Amino acid sequence: MIHFVLLVSRQGKVRLTKWYSPYTQKERSKVIRELSGVILSRGPKLCNFVEWRGYKVVYKRYASLYFCMCIDEDDNELEVLEIIHHFVEILDRYFGSVCELDLIFHFHKAYYILDELLIAGELQESSKKTVARIISTQDQLVEAAKEEAGSISNIIAQATK
Amino acid sequence: MNPFSSGTRLRDMIRSIRACKTAAEERGVVRKECAEIRASINENDPHDRHRNLAKLMFIHMLGYPTHFGQMECLKLIASPGFPEKRIGYLGLMLLLDERQEVLMLVTNSLKQDLNHTNQYVVGLALCALGNICSAEMARDLAPEVERLIQFRDPNIRKKAALCSTRIVRKVPDLAENFINAASSLLKEKHHGVLITGVQLCYELCKINDEALEFFRKKCTEGLIKTLKDITNSAYQPEYDVAGITDPFLHIRLLKLLRVLGQGDADASDLMTDILAQVATRTESNKNAGNAVLYECVETIMAIEDTSSLRVLAINILGRFLSNRDNNIRYVALNMLMKAIAFDDQAVQRHRVTILECVKDPDASIRKRALELVSLLVNANNVKQLTKDLIDYLEISDEDFKEDLSEKICSIVDKFSPEKIWYIDQMLKVLSEAGKFVKDDVWHTLIVVISNASELHGYTVRALYKAVLTYSEQETLVRVAIWCIGEYGDLLVNNVGMLGIEDPVTVTECDAVDVIEDAITRHNSDMTTKAMALVALLKLSSRFPSISERIKDIIVKQKGSLLLEMQQRAIEFNSILDRHINIRSSLVERMPVPDEAASRARRSGSLPASDSTMSKPSVSIPNGVTAAPLVDLLDLDSDDILAPPTSSGVDFLQDLLGVDLGSSPAQSGATPPPKAGTDLLLDILSIGTPSPAQNSASSIDLLSTADTLSSPAPSSIATTAPSGMFDLLDGLSPSPSKQATNGPAYPPIVAYESSSLKIEFSFSKMPGNPQTTNVQATFINLSPNTFTDFIFQAAVPKFLQLHLDPASGNILSASGKVTQNLRVTNSQHGKKSLVMRMKIGYRVNGKDVLEEGQINNFPRGL
Repeated sequence: MIHFVLLVSRQGKVRLTKWYSPYTQKERSKVIRELSGVILSRGPKLCNFVEWRGYKVVYKRYASLYFCMCIDEDDNELEVLEIIHHFVEILDRYFGSVCELDLIFHFHKAYYILDELLIAGELQESSKKTVARIISTQDQLVEAAKEEAGSISNIIAQATK
Repeated sequence: MNPFSSGTRLRDMIRSIRACKTAAEERGVVRKECAEIRASINENDPHDRHRNLAKLMFIHMLGYPTHFGQMECLKLIASPGFPEKRIGYLGLMLLLDERQEVLMLVTNSLKQDLNHTNQYVVGLALCALGNICSAEMARDLAPEVERLIQFRDPNIRKKAALCSTRIVRKVPDLAENFINAASSLLKEKHHGVLITGVQLCYELCKINDEALEFFRKKCTEGLIKTLKDITNSAYQPEYDVAGITDPFLHIRLLKLLRVLGQGDADASDLMTDILAQVATRTESNKNAGNAVLYECVETIMAIEDTSSLRVLAINILGRFLSNRDNNIRYVALNMLMKAIAFDDQAVQRHRVTILECVKDPDASIRKRALELVSLLVNANNVKQLTKDLIDYLEISDEDFKEDLSEKICSIVDKFSPEKIWYIDQMLKVLSEAGKFVKDDVWHTLIVVISNASELHGYTVRALYKAVLTYSEQETLVRVAIWCIGEYGDLLVNNVGMLGIEDPVTVTECDAVDVIEDAITRHNSDMTTKAMALVALLKLSSRFPSISERIKDIIVKQKGSLLLEMQQRAIEFNSILDRHINIRSSLVERMPVPDEAASRARRSGSLPASDSTMSKPSVSIPNGVTAAPLVDLLDLDSDDILAPPTSSGVDFLQDLLGVDLGSSPAQSGATPPPKAGTDLLLDILSIGTPSPAQNSASSIDLLSTADTLSSPAPSSIATTAPSGMFDLLDGLSPSPSKQATNGPAYPPIVAYESSSLKIEFSFSKMPGNPQTTNVQATFINLSPNTFTDFIFQAAVPKFLQLHLDPASGNILSASGKVTQNLRVTNSQHGKKSLVMRMKIGYRVNGKDVLEEGQINNFPRGL
């Protein structure tokens, strides 16, 4: 299983973390610090797998972001590389040529997408189209609810003026 | 936008935080935002809750504490609207973890949401549950989730399947409930549901044997068919990745098949066709294809043997191994380690390629390759492999040298065909990477060297040559010093030349040069310098002609700032000065340690040398106790000295420490006790090879008097560091039954032999029952005069002993000498006094030693 997902920028800033195994807050910061150090210091031509604390960490660099996923010893690393790529492609499709800024300002949306992709550290859906469809339906629900709330508030606002 | 909303929008907050130039500025902004959020929370205004939570999540990601927001998550989850629930659940998953009790409060909301009419809300709940539920929550909500596996919407079914995965991981007992539901999922057409269903079955099989049996019987064929379909299916744009339709599904199916086929010949039989098909027809130019091939190879390796498949698998791995992509090579190395288990030959064929990988610039690959190489070693290829590895050792990076040298040492250790080869290889490793070599490795080397008596000459010459070139490798220098010290005469006289050696003339001066260099070099550490002094002492006996020079070197060290060096120098110097007659017996060849025993001890012992370091401090005159070398110091000094008795003791540590005072004649050279041997005897003999030397060193330590005539017997055996003295209690029979509990204690005859009688008489100070004054009288029963008379005593841990100077140290025939002792018994009333003593004197030009144990102290002392 995937134990956690970590997105770090080149400068070591954390952009997204998702934990599928129990780690306390303190442990999380420690892990992030350690792992960022290890991964950010690796050269460009090296393989995408790092052995760390008895687990394997698969990472891939996309522009200025490192996508890292920590897996068990007996998991298929090449597949996890594919999962990372799958995630990035979905993000790309959703945001339209995603860049790091998108992930900063719309981090909650990135999380929603991740939640449609992985649950309990396992892959949920292999079709990008399906994921995109589900996300957009949910976004529409949110929009609709907001509009409704907006219209009621307007009425109240008008009434209390 | 709600016109009544207060506070900044999420976007603005993020922007302002990013605009901060310093960490302090950022902290200020964050603090302000947190204050606003807290105020807003207190107002309990539902409108801004989701924005507040979004902000809190961002702040949390930056690393600031956000505990005050946890209840907000709960309130949001309990709200009726979808957007609120969505962000509430996200906040829940981000800000809380399963160990927090607050999580329990969500259980009710979760239950309601799992039964919600809006399927997206159900989806949210399943997702949250699947990511962070604790065991209790899992138990509570398992029935709901089970029901949802059969929901009408595939989106929910797949989420429920993964959520169940987590539930059975957390609560394995519930596995049985999910078996039926899971098997129904395997017949699905929807890929998402199929993937998650297969995953659930995999988990169930891993956890529960019944499930495994069930799936094996009922579902294997269905799964194989599904895999066949997907492998042969036409192009499906939705699922296609690099030419393979849904590689993820391929991989999941292969994984499940692996578990089903493992250990079961029938199931494995059924699979062979499809596995062969996948293995041969999958394109391997893209990562997706390679991922599928990798999984396929793993499955082939795991299921029951069909040799043609295995050959196929290893061929694929061979291809991977020569792939330019680092990832593929890494994966191949990994797999080959497993393949060795059943087909060593096939893997051996790739040995050359694997060796190339050891030299790869990528650290991960190097590590894997090294591990693989060490598995490949067998008696046939060990020489070639070691040669290659050592060649590489010379050019590898510093951080890799440690791993590499460790591996080489263990390979050499396990497989060395002959001693001379072993010694050669170890020398090379020490020359290249000596400072990474651990202590027990070079200790073992010394054990082997001393056991290989026919190779002593060869070894010492090789070491001499090596240390001239590689003098900065600490371990090499140490081994060389030891050998030169021991076998210096072989070195100089070219004894035991083997046919392969070139003759080399080494004079005694050269040998001493090497050792002097080790002492004076500024970056030698203490152990090396100390060993060097010992070696010099040995050489002074073996090379009598340059004894003067050696003496000079030792004398120079008397002023050393290192306590260890100073002490040794002083002691050795006094040996050279005054006790020249015993020197040769002192430094005779070391008795050969038993190789098998040392091996066993090494493999059974704890991180060896460290255990000896943790000895409590010993009272050394200067009051300095620091360095681990204190141990060696202890063993040298005449005081106290229980050499450590824990079985974790490093064998050679004893030898090195004991080395100084040992002479083969005495059993002190063998490491202390195995229970049963006479402990205290060893203590005294190790510490004091001859009473004369002993007194000399104690004199030098404690006073400036130069003559032997005024011995200052120091407080021997006050703080005994180890439990040896407790054993002593066990050894000695309980003191005399002639218990006189009255305050008057009769004098006793402590010791009597044909030439000497010792009487003790006792008195106690009033008001101090624990301390006893003993007046010892030594009577010379022989017709000869005793000179250099010395009395020493040792007592167990619970006693403290203080010896006053004797009235004299010459006993004429039938003469007497008296000496006062003070004994303080910390276990007064519970344990009686007991003492071991040793007497040394000179009669008719001969040194005599007498020893005995005094058990007949009156009780109550």
